[in-house]
Amino acid sequence: MEHAVTPAHAAHAEHETSTGLDHRKIAMWAFLGSDCLFFGSFISTYMIYRGRSIVGPCPHECVINGVHYEGIFSIPYTSVSAFVLLMSSVTMVLALAAIQRGNHRGLRVWLLATALLGSVFVGGQYFEFTSFWRHGLHLDTNLFGTTFFVLTGFHGAHVTIGIIMLLSLLATSLMGRLPTSDSLTVELTGLYWHFVDIVWIVIFTLVYLLPI
Amino acid sequence: MIESHGGPREGGDIYVGPSVEHGHPTAQKYIAIGVILAVITAIEVAVYYIPEYVPGFAPLLPPILLILSAIKFSLVVMFFMHLKFDSRLFSSFFVGGLLLAGAVLIALLALFHHFFA
Repeated sequence: MEHAVTPAHAAHAEHETSTGLDHRKIAMWAFLGSDCLFFGSFISTYMIYRGRSIVGPCPHECVINGVHYEGIFSIPYTSVSAFVLLMSSVTMVLALAAIQRGNHRGLRVWLLATALLGSVFVGGQYFEFTSFWRHGLHLDTNLFGTTFFVLTGFHGAHVTIGIIMLLSLLATSLMGRLPTSDSLTVELTGLYWHFVDIVWIVIFTLVYLLPI
Repeated sequence: MIESHGGPREGGDIYVGPSVEHGHPTAQKYIAIGVILAVITAIEVAVYYIPEYVPGFAPLLPPILLILSAIKFSLVVMFFMHLKFDSRLFSSFFVGGLLLAGAVLIALLALFHHFFA
């Protein structure tokens, strides 16, 4: 397919590859495929140890060795967090649509909105963790604490890295160094962001909603 | 040659995108999918509370939650991550990792007697 192209971008945009696909995008999908296994391992570990703690606290109301424990999960609170992260995926894809149309103001607005929604999610997770801590659930309290904090902690770290990537893109755009021809950079960041969203879709169902 | 997508660039010259972007949804469609995702999340939360009022509903809860979650997952992957429109090579990378992770989950659950306890 032939297109008119500026010399500055010709080598960058039109480089030949054996697959006809951009190597950066292939690399990102390969990384996301491997990250499925990363989170798959933590989710599997959480699932096999569900309900096997020998002391409380528990995610939902439970009785262990005759001792009754109130559940520490707040489903309404986590539902709002899940909704916020889900909506950040919408703003992320709108940022991509904006740069693909050459709308750089729209790109900056949606990137900022995505970073803010991501920050709200991470802030909410920090509040949830401190709340659990006050209820006596630590990393080494029981099997639930260990598997829960490791799984959701690594997810929170992924979201934090995503926010840094979004803010870097925003700064690059504000400096005028993110032309429409570099929309793939936004697309790759978007793929990463949507991935952390779909991981949370799975965590929200398997960890929070599914009864033991 | 890499397939590309035309459009205006910030500097005013012609943009040649580096990736396959044919048939991507419009912004309106993205928003519509976002609304569907929000509604499914609301249904998930509502369904979670049904067994408190209808105890007989409890056995139905896991399959319903898993189906709703799978729908949300698929919508994001197909439309927001564009796997529905992009090269099958990308799908093979992602689905390969996903199937392997699913196999690990099922194998571990079987090893720890979750299925035949």
